[in-house]
Amino acid sequence: MMRDARLLINALRDPASVEPLDSGQWTELISIARAESLIGSLAHRVQDRTVPDRARAVLQDAIEAHDLARQQALWEADCARRALADYPGKIALMKGTAYVAANLSAGVGRSIGDLDIMVAREDLPVVEAALLDAGWEWVKPDPYDDQYYREHMHELPPLIHRERDRMIDVHHTILPLTAGPRPDAEAMLNDAVRLENGLYVMAPADMVLHSIAHLFADGDLAGGLRNLWDINLLLGHFSAEDKNFWAELHRRAQIHGLCAELARALRLSNRLYRTPLDESRRDGTSISDSFYVRRLLARDGYGRETRKFTRFAFYVRSHWLRMPPLMLARHLWTKWRKGGKPSN
Amino acid sequence: MGEMHQILLKIGPAAFRIASAWREPLDQLAALYSDYPAPADQSVDFTVRLEPEKPWRRFIRPSVHIGGDFWLPDAAPLPLKQGLLAAEMGMNLQMALGWRRHLLLHASSVEKDSKALIMTGLSGSGKSTLSAMLAEKGWRFMGDEFALLSLDSGQISPFPRLISLKNEAIGAMQKIAAESRFGPEMNATPKGDIRHLVPPKAAVERMDAPARPALLLFPRFGHAPELREMGKSEVFVRLTQASTNYVALGEAGFRALTRFVDQVPVKAMDYQSTDQAEAMIRDLWSRLP
Repeated sequence: MMRDARLLINALRDPASVEPLDSGQWTELISIARAESLIGSLAHRVQDRTVPDRARAVLQDAIEAHDLARQQALWEADCARRALADYPGKIALMKGTAYVAANLSAGVGRSIGDLDIMVAREDLPVVEAALLDAGWEWVKPDPYDDQYYREHMHELPPLIHRERDRMIDVHHTILPLTAGPRPDAEAMLNDAVRLENGLYVMAPADMVLHSIAHLFADGDLAGGLRNLWDINLLLGHFSAEDKNFWAELHRRAQIHGLCAELARALRLSNRLYRTPLDESRRDGTSISDSFYVRRLLARDGYGRETRKFTRFAFYVRSHWLRMPPLMLARHLWTKWRKGGKPSN
Repeated sequence: MGEMHQILLKIGPAAFRIASAWREPLDQLAALYSDYPAPADQSVDFTVRLEPEKPWRRFIRPSVHIGGDFWLPDAAPLPLKQGLLAAEMGMNLQMALGWRRHLLLHASSVEKDSKALIMTGLSGSGKSTLSAMLAEKGWRFMGDEFALLSLDSGQISPFPRLISLKNEAIGAMQKIAAESRFGPEMNATPKGDIRHLVPPKAAVERMDAPARPALLLFPRFGHAPELREMGKSEVFVRLTQASTNYVALGEAGFRALTRFVDQVPVKAMDYQSTDQAEAMIRDLWSRLP
């Protein structure tokens, strides 16, 4: 039985590696890929390979499920576009919806949950009012949560559409305001690229840096293999398309204060997925990379989360990243008194 | 991580790996599913996991958390004594959330003369008990939980897992089915008292044989016997609610369901006893085109 997620990494990196797998190993690979939300990517990746019949049927299901997810994500983006038709500012799609809207390989077979958009911070009240008007409602009517989001987060409290039951996260920047790095959100919107329908996506370097910031400067690395796979595909695509991409990427990382995160992402993406890098800018390894790899691969052949201690360490780290200690104590205290597990 | 035991099961078109931290539920499954064929080539579609809710719950007041490839965040754990139920719920969950090769209708189904009778309705309508009862009286049992509607051919495929008998239905079936076909009695589960019944041999032997849907019933137990017509739009809406994957299938699901509603005769059926229902069904069946 597989003790970590390496089987999945190998399959994504080198699709030929699945051909010798027996049925039992396929069962494990499928459980790991489903748990890491990478089953759609895996399915597309091994489409031309020899695969046992039942595994092939499972993968075909995943391809169809993700085709529909893609269609729904684009539809949801269009609903938001129409709701905000009178808003003159830029609306930038983010994450999965941006990848499919811009037809990037990172969007192929990717699971997409909520709709994430970014607008200028000073326009939040206008955008919020227009969305409420068009049928979106608050998910968390709790006053503490609401105030917390508005004062300290990079997005409005989540809204859900009352008829379509789909969530929208309206961002004004890419990291919580309490986090260390302060990315330049204005620069991101200024350089955003216009799509045919009038919506925007971030420029290539910013798009990659958003994914990197999300993975390494925020959160506990849950779903990290999927995020790193996005980063790997985006890097591969943009660097092949534009020879100045690497220089631009490092320049933008400096503007956004994300140089350390970028270096970490490049090392790990190369280490796990063999992302081809710009040799001239390659820096050495960091001892802590191994700890990240340990966390990223913490999934066994039954699809179970493993390495509880490592997971917990990254969970604690995610809170340190987001909040200064006194604020963290106050936050956890308030949440504890409310009798719930801290979710933010 | 704790050690896991596992078995593979095939039910109709779907194959499962059931992994469990404890042997007992798997031994019970192995005994009850002993006549079912093993999945070809040991390949499966889904993994179900029965795990301790917390590590120490493997030993102390063992408590089973239902997980797997597809899972619900708020699934309540069950005591180990109800581990068999947890396994069955885990398999249902995989089908409900993950199966895409048919439109899933939350319905029971039985077959006669290569034609399928489908019964759907809220829990307590008696659809499961009726299918179990008819299966002992000359009908082929196809399933008591999900009827699988083909997206292309419009046929119904069987999903004949163990029949899950609840409360009064247990005693009623004990009168007509051999004791050796029953699983352990589980009292005070979230669904009341439950006992599983192995479907008749023919149901298992022919679990890969689909049948053309010939009649759809909305049974309702506890009301004076009556048959009512139902409008197509009402039937359509109720079936979208009775389907776990209608939305997930998108256009393919819509096409399959509209064709089904267009072609299959429908009746709402109120009844007060299974004998009454059986007579009404026999009469309806004899008048089918």
